[in-house]
Amino acid sequence: MSFLPDARAARFARRKFINRAAIAASLAAMLFGVFWLAWILWETLSIGLASMSAAMFTENMPPPNEPVGTGGLANAMMGSLLMVALATFVGAPVGILSGVYLAEYDPRGRLSVTVRFVNDLLLSAPSIIVGLFVYALLVVRFREFSGWAGALALALIVIPIVVRTTENMLSLVPVELREAAYALGTPKWKVIARITLRSARAGVLTGVLLAVARIAGETAPLLFTALNNQFWKASLSGPLANLPVTILQFAMSPYENWRQLAWGGVFLITLAVLGLNVLARLLSRKK
Amino acid sequence: MSHPAPSDDSMRPVHPALSSALPDRLFAWASRGAALFTLALFLGILVSLVLGAWPAVQRFGAGFLIHDNWDPVREDFGGWVMICGTLATSAIALMIAVPVSFGIALFLTELSPVWLKRPLGTAIELLAAVPSIVYGMWGLMVFGPVLARYAQQPLQSLVRGVPLLEPLLAGPPVGIGILPAGIILSIMIIPFIASVMRDVFEITPPLLKESAHGLGATTWEVVWRIVLPYTKTGVLGGIMLGLGRALGETMAVTFVVGNSNQLASLSLFAPANTITSVLANEFAEAAPGLHQASLIYLGLVLFLITFTVLIFSRLLLMRLRKNEGRSA
Repeated sequence: MSFLPDARAARFARRKFINRAAIAASLAAMLFGVFWLAWILWETLSIGLASMSAAMFTENMPPPNEPVGTGGLANAMMGSLLMVALATFVGAPVGILSGVYLAEYDPRGRLSVTVRFVNDLLLSAPSIIVGLFVYALLVVRFREFSGWAGALALALIVIPIVVRTTENMLSLVPVELREAAYALGTPKWKVIARITLRSARAGVLTGVLLAVARIAGETAPLLFTALNNQFWKASLSGPLANLPVTILQFAMSPYENWRQLAWGGVFLITLAVLGLNVLARLLSRKK
Repeated sequence: MSHPAPSDDSMRPVHPALSSALPDRLFAWASRGAALFTLALFLGILVSLVLGAWPAVQRFGAGFLIHDNWDPVREDFGGWVMICGTLATSAIALMIAVPVSFGIALFLTELSPVWLKRPLGTAIELLAAVPSIVYGMWGLMVFGPVLARYAQQPLQSLVRGVPLLEPLLAGPPVGIGILPAGIILSIMIIPFIASVMRDVFEITPPLLKESAHGLGATTWEVVWRIVLPYTKTGVLGGIMLGLGRALGETMAVTFVVGNSNQLASLSLFAPANTITSVLANEFAEAAPGLHQASLIYLGLVLFLITFTVLIFSRLLLMRLRKNEGRSA
């Protein structure tokens, strides 16, 4: 045996070893990621399910230190539903229209390029900053925390998400479809409303659903806009109870009954958010 | 008689250009307005933060950034502790998340069997969908105690008496502080970094990879020497995106960071604070005036740091896309 093949064989063995180590590390990283998801979901769903009861949906928040199992989160659920609904109905149309501008009017113009860039920044902006902004805009002016302010803060989070997905989905619509419609003399607004938006409907709706899923669990922007409220209320004026802030307040408290309810709230939010995500995925896959 | 009879209406000659021009123009204005609204929102946030922070900016100046006292009673405010907390938690998060995300992206693009790609990709994306308050609750109630029991306490007894390490790990065994917050942040940003890395890895031309394989390169060598150099701008952009997320994350951190405004010890397990957690805890109850202005000042600092990072991230990702277009 000469010297060279030995050295070569050693180097080959080393390269193979490094390759195998890298593959093992990559597998470990994948398991690491899935492990956290499984652990978090398991704990949330099992502890949360254990703290569920019918009273959760029918009774309002209890005072601290009551026996465990009394009281519920009915008023918080109502407040959350009100704010999320209003935020979606305000935010989604603005987002869709803005997405339409980026995709259909002047996609390469200076305004579109700027808006696209700024929108991407807003998409990843800290949501607590949005809370500060709405605080300065509404809460300071009207001298009270209110459901209106909370809904506005959530709407401002919906907009960039919907802008992004709407634009992406519209740009997937084939140009021929538009050209055919224009050739028949259809005005532009009708082409957009009846042809392009309609054929991108599933995708646009997916974006809206994902936005709803995102704001359903948002806490930071509600902390100094909607604040919280212990009582049942079906109007948006004045501080409004909502699930995320209630969870924060109850989880950080030393009272056992409050902590139980916090787990119940976490369970509900997790279910809602995962459900919306699954729905959005099914919707976009069917297309 | 305010409405004309229907027959009248249908008989009237309609000017075709006019009938379509008005809705057309309205629709164009509405969508342009919505696009401008996005811009206005961004500027509005910036202006309102500057205005709100102004009293504190005037009073403390730039020294605010490195002043380490936070005393609402004497109205003496400095942001050093929170800024350090934010930077430290984000740094820990990146140290864990970057290698793990790289591994996940490598697995999803090069190693995974095709039938596993989709479910695993979905699982990682679901990790991003879990609301941050759920991470916070889980971190405080489940993960913190586990970390304290199985990592903090054994490590503490291991380093007892060692000069530098002992203070680094000191603290009550409740699993609260900079390190737990950083670990939870890392779990939260893994999906963002991993999915950007996966997407940019996939744009590497198969020709390049196949050529390397043809020359006898191993999978690792292809990824390390071909894919990574080809996509490095995109990878860096993804990391910056994750960093932007980590810096601005509020709820998960507020639950586990401990919320103390003193930099009492160097320990990774001592209660601390970040910009977002101090805002979450104090803002709603802060008296209008210098306390509130100082909090908004911190918000402004966070806004500027985050947006610098995010702008950097976008520019890197855009450059990758442009290069890709040129070579094609």
